[in-house]
Amino acid sequence: MSAPVVEARGVCAARDGRRVLEDVSFSLAPGGLLGVVGPNGAGKTTLLRVLLGLVPLEAGEVRIFGERLGGAARRAGGVGYLPQRLAIPPRFPATVADAVGFGRLSGMRRAGSRSANALRVAASLERVGIAPLAERPVGALSGGEQRRALLAQALCAGERLLLLDEPTTGLDLPAEQEFYALLRRLKEELGVSVIAVSHDLVALAGQADALICINRRMHVHGRPDEVIHSHAMREAYGCEFDFLAGELAHHEGLGGRPSERAGGARGPGEGA
Amino acid sequence: MFEFAFMQRALGAALLIGLVGGVLGFFVVLRRLAFLGVGISHAALGGVAIGVLLGVSPLVCGGAAGLAVALLVARSSQSGLIAEDTAIGVFFSGTLALGIALASARPGAQQDLFGYLFGNVLAIAPAELALLALLALGVLAALAFCFEPLLFASFDPEIADAYGVPVAGLHALLLALIAATAVIGMRVVGVLLVEAMLVIPAATAALWSLHYRSQLGLAAALGVASTAGGLVLGYHFDVAPGAGAVLLACAAFALSFAVRGRRRA
Repeated sequence: MSAPVVEARGVCAARDGRRVLEDVSFSLAPGGLLGVVGPNGAGKTTLLRVLLGLVPLEAGEVRIFGERLGGAARRAGGVGYLPQRLAIPPRFPATVADAVGFGRLSGMRRAGSRSANALRVAASLERVGIAPLAERPVGALSGGEQRRALLAQALCAGERLLLLDEPTTGLDLPAEQEFYALLRRLKEELGVSVIAVSHDLVALAGQADALICINRRMHVHGRPDEVIHSHAMREAYGCEFDFLAGELAHHEGLGGRPSERAGGARGPGEGA
Repeated sequence: MFEFAFMQRALGAALLIGLVGGVLGFFVVLRRLAFLGVGISHAALGGVAIGVLLGVSPLVCGGAAGLAVALLVARSSQSGLIAEDTAIGVFFSGTLALGIALASARPGAQQDLFGYLFGNVLAIAPAELALLALLALGVLAALAFCFEPLLFASFDPEIADAYGVPVAGLHALLLALIAATAVIGMRVVGVLLVEAMLVIPAATAALWSLHYRSQLGLAAALGVASTAGGLVLGYHFDVAPGAGAVLLACAAFALSFAVRGRRRA
């Protein structure tokens, strides 16, 4: 069995002096899509920021591609990030290709030569299907196109692991379906592994290979259908989720993840 | 008109602030730091007053005061206790008040300060011009070195931060560069108007172009044309060259706004 791309054990982290993550453990297999769900303020975005090396660990350990996160290593190489908020100013003075090329920056310097970066930008634009928009002003793109451009930027930064924070916020249903179809294609073509945080339980459960539900601490992880119906999930959100069964089946019918999965939902402390 | 040495020095200083103001102004306009530019340049007056009273180079003291206020503003706003515009309002008015208090305490100091408030480009000494040229070179070199990370941080600070770009450090650097540019412009257009050279040429260029390369080139060209034109206006029509430069820049902006606005309508 291949070594996990991401392995988190007993992760604890604080924000503004308040502990927002407590003993969170999970692992992500190569080429897998792990969905992170939980109610508002559960620490989902903080978890992504921990993986990016932006929030220090108070306890626990994170390994990305087998390398321990923390200390001098601000972030592991090969990791792309798509933020929740699209904040591209409408008159930002750069083309889509320029903006995608920002993904090649690591700290103050570019990762490769100018020509190699240009090829990488062109390939990333091609992969997300917006190559014809390369020379358009980036601020002139629609919401869906901007998200694709930022996904291309994330691919430019790293084709091994993508960290997506609420990747379909603000997209209508067809655009959301299109986005997840694109993500599936990238997984198949590049073998990229994905961790996605989302409030949209149905959409994420329909696409992910595994789900974890956190609410400060780890509540449950396992197959999406089992996680959604677990008692731990109801405990994390404080409500019932039975009504989601039909929605989930509908999403799978629209081209979501295949329903056959091995293993079942596990509560915290049962191993990742 | 440029056969006189003092006019050659004036032209040199005018071109320096036109060029640096246009290029740095690209980031001032992009990151909406116009008020910060006003604050930092006005804060420099306190340092100038201290320099005049102590007999130390007013340019150096003004630059130090501008830099101190820039860093205080950056530090205070990063603390999260007050917003950046509030920090500017507090520190720049405090430093400006210090300048006025010191100037009023010593008879005759007001006259010395006058040249820094409104600029006196024709009185620039060779040593001053050399200092301004060094500062301009430093500002342009820093911008060239940090250009792409700065542009990325202006595009989306959250993503830039995630990729290891020192977003807060670059912002502090930008404030320091604004302080240095305030020093360059102090003798040409004066403390009161130096911020205009950081905003108007770049804002005009942003009306015409949606790409950073052409915006930078156009902003630099407009800055240089305005300051050189102000000097020519001053020579032929006996108006203050600094005010002339700002009026020319304003005219270019107004014309551009009218033309671009009509095309959008």
